[in-house]
Amino acid sequence: MRWLFLAPLLLFAIVAGYFAVGLTRDPGTLPSALLDKPAPDFALPPLLPNKPGLASADLKGAPVLVNVWASWCVPCRAEHPVLTRLAREVPVFGFNYKDKPEDARRFLVELGDPYRRIGTDPSGRVGIDWGVYGVPETYVVDAEGRIRHRHVGPLTDRVVAETIRPLMKSLAR
Amino acid sequence: MRRLVLILLFAVTALPAAAIRPDEILVDPALEARARNLGKELRCLVCQNQSIDDSEADLARDLRKLVRERLVAGDSDPAIRSFLVARYGDFVRLDPPLRVATAVLWFGPALVLVLGAIGIAVFLRRRRPAAAPAALDPVDRARLERVLAEDDRR
Repeated sequence: MRWLFLAPLLLFAIVAGYFAVGLTRDPGTLPSALLDKPAPDFALPPLLPNKPGLASADLKGAPVLVNVWASWCVPCRAEHPVLTRLAREVPVFGFNYKDKPEDARRFLVELGDPYRRIGTDPSGRVGIDWGVYGVPETYVVDAEGRIRHRHVGPLTDRVVAETIRPLMKSLAR
Repeated sequence: MRRLVLILLFAVTALPAAAIRPDEILVDPALEARARNLGKELRCLVCQNQSIDDSEADLARDLRKLVRERLVAGDSDPAIRSFLVARYGDFVRLDPPLRVATAVLWFGPALVLVLGAIGIAVFLRRRRPAAAPAALDPVDRARLERVLAEDDRR
């Protein structure tokens, strides 16, 4: 009873704690529901005649990045130089989401093609299986084909340095 | 005048239209009714505070189509719900399920109410003894009567 006067203070601390976490988080960024689970079973046809498409079997063997992009997506253009630099260090697979093939090809001719494989998903159905809700999205997939991280929004040098690169390094070991 | 009344009538009865397009609506009214019920409780992940029925976003339309395809294929409502939760997480539901992680969301308000009630009860209990004044002793009573009697005489 003597310490009851501390109860409001304690209550305030709990509420403040919730707000401190909740208000500093970006509500637009959701963790993937597939985190630490195997990537969904899928097979996407190739976009380019001289480059293979993308299927679940291609994700096994070594850690890779799967980049979901579209020619109509403006932030995809912004992240493209970052992605191109990153593609020199680690394999990057392209997941062309709800795009017209001719527009997607023009995008790559204009800005360069950093992808080792490109699968195309014009209907967006495979995108739903992956839980894609806003392009660009970048998934880190480990050697067993499990999704280990998802970044929503354009990649920046900072995101690469702080999250993607360290994670890829730890997975390569 | 009649025109003004009509305009006002339309203005006050205007309701937010659902984003569902005519070509999305199923022929079977029973299935379409189930699709609407599901659509209302599924979140559009692009706009986040709208249901997929209310949203014009591309993904919302794809999800509406998907819900209808699964209904036509004979899936139950819970099956469709868990299909989407498996891909987008609990966040896709506008009606969050009761879990350990969401317990604060469900019971927090009730807890605050109970704590407030306890606080008021403690406050009122402490205040009561102070409100009852001590009785006058015989000496004081005699003095009081004398003073009152003097007052009457004036």
